[in-house]
Amino acid sequence: MPSLSTVRRSAPPTTTSSASSSPPSPAEPTAGASTSALSAAPAPATHSVPPSGGGPVLTVVPRRNPWTWVGVAGVGLLVAMFVNGLVTNPGWDWATFGRYFATETVIRALGTTIQLTVLGTVAGFALGLVLAAMRLSSNAFLRTVAWAYIWAFRSIPLIVQLLFWFNIAYLYQTISVGLPFGPSFGSVETNDLFGALGAAVLGLALHQAAYAAEIIRGGILSVDEGQREAASALGIPRRRQFARIVLPQAMRSILPNAANEVISLFKGTSIVSVLAIPELFYQVQVIYGRNSRVVPLLLVATVWYIILTTLLSIGQYYVERHFARGSARSLPPTPLQRLRARWAGIATQAARRPEEVAR
Amino acid sequence: MTAAVDLRGVTKSFGAHRVLDDVDLELAEGTVTVVLGPSGSGKSTLLRTINHLEKIDRGQVRVNGTLIGYRQVGNRLHELPERDILRQRSRIGFVFQQFNLFPHLTVLENVVEAPVSAQRRKRSEVEVEARTLLERVGLADKAAAYPRQLSGGQQQRVAIARALALQPDVILFDEPTSALDPELVGEVLAVIKELARDGTTLVVVTHEVGFAREVADTVVFLDGGRVVEQGPPEQVIDHPAHERTRAFLDRVL
Repeated sequence: MPSLSTVRRSAPPTTTSSASSSPPSPAEPTAGASTSALSAAPAPATHSVPPSGGGPVLTVVPRRNPWTWVGVAGVGLLVAMFVNGLVTNPGWDWATFGRYFATETVIRALGTTIQLTVLGTVAGFALGLVLAAMRLSSNAFLRTVAWAYIWAFRSIPLIVQLLFWFNIAYLYQTISVGLPFGPSFGSVETNDLFGALGAAVLGLALHQAAYAAEIIRGGILSVDEGQREAASALGIPRRRQFARIVLPQAMRSILPNAANEVISLFKGTSIVSVLAIPELFYQVQVIYGRNSRVVPLLLVATVWYIILTTLLSIGQYYVERHFARGSARSLPPTPLQRLRARWAGIATQAARRPEEVAR
Repeated sequence: MTAAVDLRGVTKSFGAHRVLDDVDLELAEGTVTVVLGPSGSGKSTLLRTINHLEKIDRGQVRVNGTLIGYRQVGNRLHELPERDILRQRSRIGFVFQQFNLFPHLTVLENVVEAPVSAQRRKRSEVEVEARTLLERVGLADKAAAYPRQLSGGQQQRVAIARALALQPDVILFDEPTSALDPELVGEVLAVIKELARDGTTLVVVTHEVGFAREVADTVVFLDGGRVVEQGPPEQVIDHPAHERTRAFLDRVL
C-alpha cells in the first residue's frame, strides 16, 4: 500500500489541528513545560500513534440493515390497522364509553377496587414478612409451619379460597377467643365479623402473603452474607441489622417482583365480583346487565385498569430508584430530568443565537 | 496487667477437620501482632474467634480480661445471649478482607451507624468524630460518596475508620490487603502503621511479610491449627527455628 504510507508521512501537520481538539496546539510547546505533565500528555500521544489506515480522520459509518425497514413497515401497517379498527368500528361505541367512564357509580366502584388492593397489599406483605422470617429461622418448627402455609395457599385457587371465606359462617357460626381445648374468653357472631368485604380482604391478603413471603425471602437471600457479618461484627443490634442493613439492600430484588404482585392483585380484585362486592368489574357488569352495552362498558373497566397500572409502574420506577442508591457509580437521569436537560439545552442554544448573529 | 487478648486452649473443628488445635496466645496491650501461615492454617478462624464470629469448641477467649461469648458458671461456659455478644463486639474492631462496607449508605453513614445504634451515642457528636477519622485515613473529601464510587484501597480505609469509630480496645485485621490491586496495598498498610504508632492494640492476619518485619512487635506463625512459633520479627522471620516456618517463608519471600 504505497499510497497510504506516503499519506501518513505527509500527514502530521494536518492531523494535529483536527485530532487534538481539546488543548490548543499552538500554545502547547511553551505552556506544556510550565504547567502539569497531565495536560501536556495528550498532544504527543496523537503524534506517536497515528490513526491506523492513514492520515485523514476516518468517519465511522454504522452498519445499516435494510430488513429492519421492511419490519418497521410491516409492523407499522398492523398498528395502523388496529388504530383504524378502534376508531372506525362502531361496535366500540365510544359515545357510551364516554358517558359511563366517569360516572359516580364507576368512580365509587374504582374506590372499592383501590381499597381492596391497598388492604390486600399491606396485610399480605406484612404477613409475608413474618412468614419469610419464619422460613429463614433456625427453628425447624417455625420453618415447617411457614413452608406449610405457603404450600397450602399457593395450592388453592384464589376464587375457591374466597368462596370458602365467604361461607365461613357455615363452618363456624361464632368465633371465640380463648385457649385451644381450654376456656373461652368471649365470642362473636361470624357473620358480624366478616361482611363480604371482610371475607374478600382476608382472602386476598392470605393469598398474597404466601407469594409475598417467597419474594421477601428471595430478596433477603440475595444480600451478601458479608453484610450481615459486618453488621454483627460492629455490634449493631439484631433488629437494626435487618431494618437498616439487610432489608434496604434486599429491596432491590424484592421491588420488581413485589410490583408485579401488586399489579396482579389490583387486577385480581376483579375476582371478588363473585362475592357480589361492588368493585369496578362487578359494577360494570351490573351496568351492562341493565343496558346490554357489553363492549363499551368492558372498555370502561379496561381503561381504568390500564390507567392505574400505569400509575403504579411510574411509582415503581421511582421507588426502585430510591433503593438503587449506591448501587451504581451514578444513577442515570430520570425521564423528567432528561427532558428538562434537553429543554435547558434548547433554551441556552436559543439564547446564544442572537449573540452569534450580532457578531 | 491483664493481656489485651488472651487465648487459652482454643480448639475449633469444622466437622472432622480440626482448624484450631489448643491455641494459647497472650497479646499485651498496645502491641502489634502479625499472624502468618499458609492458607488453611487457621489464621482467619483464629482471628474470628476473638470477636466470637466463630464459636469455639473448647478453651476460652478474653479481651481485656472479659470472657468473650460465654459466661462462666462453675466449670461450664454458657453461651451469652446474642445481645450481650453484640455489645462485646462493639469494643472489638474488625476489618474484613472484602471490606464489607454497606453499599447503600454513604461513607459517613457507614462510619456513624455502629456508634449510634450499638453504643447509643449521639449522632451529631459521632458525626464530628467520624469526619476527624475520615481525615485521619485521608478521605475527608469522600464523606458523601457511596462505597462503589471509591477504589478498593479507599474502601478499605473507610472500613478502618468505621472500625475505629467504635473506639475499640483492639482491632482485628483479616487479610486487609489481599483483595487489593498491588498498587493500592501501600496506602492501606500506611494507615495500619499509623495506628500501630498510636499504640492501638492490633492483630493482623496477612501475607505481607515485609509489613510484619517493619511493624510487628510479635509474629505468630500458625500451621495446621497450631502455633508453630512466635516471637519478635527478627527472630521468627529472619532466624526461624522451625523447618515449617522456614519452608513457608522461602515460598513467600
